[in-house]
Amino acid sequence: MPPQDDGRPDPEALLAQVRAEERRASRGRLRIFFGAAPGVGKTYAMLEAARARAREGVDVVVGVIETHGRPETAALLEGLPALPKRGLEYRGIALQEFDLDAALARRPGLLLVDELAHTNAPGSRHAKRWQDVEDLLDAGISVYTTLNVQHIESLNDVVARITGITVRETLPDAVFDQADELELADLAAEDLLARLRQGKVYVPEQAAAAVERFFRKGNLIALRELTLRRAAERVDAQMRGYMAEAGIHATWPAADRLLVCIGPNPDGARLVRAGKRMAAGLKCEWRVVYVERPGQAVSADERDALVANLQLAQSLGAQTAALAGQDAAEEILAYARDQNVTKIVVGKPTHPRWRDAIFGSLLDRLIRGSGDVDVYVITGDAEAPARRRAAAGQRSPLAEYAWAGLVLAVCTALSFGLIRIASVTDVAMVYLLGVGFVASRFGRGPSVAAAVGSIAFFDFFFVPPFYTFAVSDARYVLTFAVMLFIALVISALTFRLRAQAETARERERRTGALYAMTRDLAVTRGRSDVTAVASRHLAASFGAQVQILLPDEAGRVEIPVGVPPAFPLDEKERSVAQWVFERGRPAGAGTDTLPAALARYVPLAGSLGAVGVAGVRVADAKRFQDPGHEELLETFVGQAALALERVILAERAQQEQVEVQAERLRTALLSSLSHDMRTPLGAITGAASSLLADGGAGGALAEPARRDLLNSILTESQRMNRLIGNLLDMIRVETGALEVQRDWQPLEEVVGVALIRLDERLREHPVEVRLPPDLPLALLDGLLIEQVFVNLLENAVKYTPAGTPIEISASVRDGAIVVDVADRGPGFPPGEEGRIFEKFYRVSGAAGAGGVGLGLTICRGIVTAHGGRIWAENRAGGGAVFHFTLPLVGTPPSGMPVESDDG
Amino acid sequence: MAEGEAATAPLVLVIEDEPPMQHFLRTALESHDFRYVGAGSAREGLAQATGRNPDVILLDLGLPDLDGLELTRRIREWSSTPIIVISARGKEQDKVAALDAGADDYLTKPFGLEELLARLRVALRHAARAAGAPEEPVFELGELKVDLAHRRVFVAGAEVHLTPTEYKLLTVLVHHAGKVLTHRQLLKDVWGVHGAEQTANLRVYMTQLRHKLERAPAQPRYLLTEPGVGYRLKTD
Repeated sequence: MPPQDDGRPDPEALLAQVRAEERRASRGRLRIFFGAAPGVGKTYAMLEAARARAREGVDVVVGVIETHGRPETAALLEGLPALPKRGLEYRGIALQEFDLDAALARRPGLLLVDELAHTNAPGSRHAKRWQDVEDLLDAGISVYTTLNVQHIESLNDVVARITGITVRETLPDAVFDQADELELADLAAEDLLARLRQGKVYVPEQAAAAVERFFRKGNLIALRELTLRRAAERVDAQMRGYMAEAGIHATWPAADRLLVCIGPNPDGARLVRAGKRMAAGLKCEWRVVYVERPGQAVSADERDALVANLQLAQSLGAQTAALAGQDAAEEILAYARDQNVTKIVVGKPTHPRWRDAIFGSLLDRLIRGSGDVDVYVITGDAEAPARRRAAAGQRSPLAEYAWAGLVLAVCTALSFGLIRIASVTDVAMVYLLGVGFVASRFGRGPSVAAAVGSIAFFDFFFVPPFYTFAVSDARYVLTFAVMLFIALVISALTFRLRAQAETARERERRTGALYAMTRDLAVTRGRSDVTAVASRHLAASFGAQVQILLPDEAGRVEIPVGVPPAFPLDEKERSVAQWVFERGRPAGAGTDTLPAALARYVPLAGSLGAVGVAGVRVADAKRFQDPGHEELLETFVGQAALALERVILAERAQQEQVEVQAERLRTALLSSLSHDMRTPLGAITGAASSLLADGGAGGALAEPARRDLLNSILTESQRMNRLIGNLLDMIRVETGALEVQRDWQPLEEVVGVALIRLDERLREHPVEVRLPPDLPLALLDGLLIEQVFVNLLENAVKYTPAGTPIEISASVRDGAIVVDVADRGPGFPPGEEGRIFEKFYRVSGAAGAGGVGLGLTICRGIVTAHGGRIWAENRAGGGAVFHFTLPLVGTPPSGMPVESDDG
Repeated sequence: MAEGEAATAPLVLVIEDEPPMQHFLRTALESHDFRYVGAGSAREGLAQATGRNPDVILLDLGLPDLDGLELTRRIREWSSTPIIVISARGKEQDKVAALDAGADDYLTKPFGLEELLARLRVALRHAARAAGAPEEPVFELGELKVDLAHRRVFVAGAEVHLTPTEYKLLTVLVHHAGKVLTHRQLLKDVWGVHGAEQTANLRVYMTQLRHKLERAPAQPRYLLTEPGVGYRLKTD
């Protein structure tokens, strides 16, 4: 591909580079000491480098080092602090493993971890040591480690071919490629062999037999070459990385994208590895797909092989996808176009040519439809044996063949009836009808059998000479050929139609389930409801137990409060969920990470990162390995995550709204405090200082004047106390901190308390209380409603002339108690009835009435919190009236029978 | 104050960490025939309560070193000295908890001298009766007269008929006249039930009683509501 038109770097690539740098900044650094074979001195080189770092003052700690009894290695270990190993017991054997948790807790600057490709003992957190190392790097701990070339995944089969020994412990190429530094420990083949003879190379006992084959000079030279080449490739990649960073575009990488298509057979692995090598050579992104044909029977072995191949591809750095469709070529091409694939890799066909003639050739169709996409056909996919197995594994129970036989028998019987009134060609039609019927109901085998059988029956019974398979008239041969062809075509078409209908049904079911969840989620509000709905749909669609965990403030995922766990989640399960939440990668049952967990844990990945974790527990963890299944799960979880994120964002917005309100209130309160609190304080200070200056009894002040001053100190203090109470209530109302503690109470009692509290101040106003005797109990917070009465009464006292009456009355209307507090004062200026409930609002023209203008706002807050409504209006005949409602909800508890009056 | 009186004047222990409040209480108490001993912390208060054997304890619920509620419990473990707790408005649950834990009464800050003296008098009277002073067979308060010996109730000289439960409720209030009784205490003493679920019924009975005994039931003079806490039969 030519360099981009303007020669500028691809923005996506730049973004990726920035992200990579960000990650690198917080991540620990990984240095791999890389060698061709055991004994070349990797561990030794690593220890020497580590000692140098330790001398520089770096906190170097030994995580795990195998000295294999070599004294020079052991000598280098001296003086370096080492982490104790973790004891594990597996099948009665005591094992010593690297202690990841201890390392994470210790947080050294540099940790030495030997043998990166090591497989951990069962029961460890991760299956592989490189996964431990990933955790360490994520935690910001730098790691030195060692690796032999035969452990690199993509070279695994090459090494096997060279040495004849298959290495089981492999390291994904991505890990190797992401290492920050690579240090080659190199030793010439002769020197290594000399060391081996001297007994300086450790050989595990069980591998002693393999040593002969492995440590051959030819092998060692080949391995060494492989090692050097791989290291050089990496240097090359680094060079290109540097050039990209430095803005050198001369060799801008081609934007190739490779697509490898594999089938359900064990040899697909070779195709995947070949694809990796090709992708590495082209330095491009690559993908591996598998086309699932609905209705196609796949045996358990094939499924396992397929899953293994897809996992291998993932570990080699490929993106994988499972496509579903009747026509594999069409699906592959559609995917390729969609993903901007430039090269498609498929295996060489190994099935017989006649199959292509009948069923069409995938390869042919692929090539013809590929357009500007290159198609590479390479060795590696030995398809035939697997296909045969597939045919054998196909479900073709005898019953279906029996049905086919029965249908033919019925056709024959019908034909015997028909032959009397119709020609022999009509009989052929009857048989075709039978074939069509069999094809529409049963598998491909029975329908083909029916097609062939119908010819045989037709010949035997209806073609002269009768009751033999011999044919007297040559014309019938053509009839047979046409009939066979039509029967086969009918059976193939009908079968395909049925398979398509099944695909459609399955897709319909999945889409339907997804749609149902999306629809439910769209109308769900609130975190707990969203998690409940998502859990329910996931559980129903996957036949699983589903538990969604959400993070608390400290970032620890927990089961939402008030939700009974769907399955027992012990400390271990929670720690798996926590790991998933932090890494954003799935783990648990059916994955490589912590596979011993009860459930699979999938991150709920929203657009801003993980918002939670879904734990999915199915009876059989293997179900997860069905590729289509896994993708569907991801889609479901993705939808749930989006819904949850939407709710969280909404909550956050609401929170911000509350904060803005609180801020506004704070400003208003501050200005109010500075003015309104100082007024009574001024009066108190003035009165007290006058009294002090006067010097007590016998001073200049007359006794009434002294009493007057003392009285003003008292009343102003009380006024300040009320003001503080109002401000506190206001803050509670406005900040949402108002706690309503409802209780069934008679309204009369609440009114009574308010009247007694205002006793002094109501002296100049006759108060009339008219409450109907049958007024029901109201569910209210006595203290708060009392405050409403106090504020309304104070308001009346403040704005009405002395001597005018105040009336309190109540009635039941429209399912609520309506309370009226009325006065005979001047009423409201027109148009101000609505504004009086606003904060710090004072009725215009009513100067000097005092107060802050909070009382009515508090009333509104309290009444609203009770689910009621408050409003004011001018009274007919003069004066103002305040109404508020208290909804009648439920019925009061009736524990003790209320006695009727015996008097 | 004469020296001779000093020995017999009731001793009030004030456990309060605010110096201005201490100062006010000391002045108020000493000028009204009480002896005063102060404590600035719960620890000191506990020591004084043991060492000085006070007649009444005034306890601020907002002490810095120990929860006032906990201090009430500790004192109640060995002493029946009346405890009056002091707290701010809006802390009704704290008051109820302290009262249910054994405190005798409460004062809401800010309070006046009259209120303080009234509470102290009631507390001392109840302490004296608990120590063996006989209860008056007839309780009289304004127009209200309760003849405990003959189980008869009069308002302004006219006899009033009460249901057995109403009468029981009234006698419990009379027995503790002047003192606050929490909903829980009343439910236990009148109905023998525990827990606060039946409060609604208690309120209904109290309303009935007010309609029979009070001139203006919405502005009661005798049967006072202590909002959020309980009821009190007014005495003076």
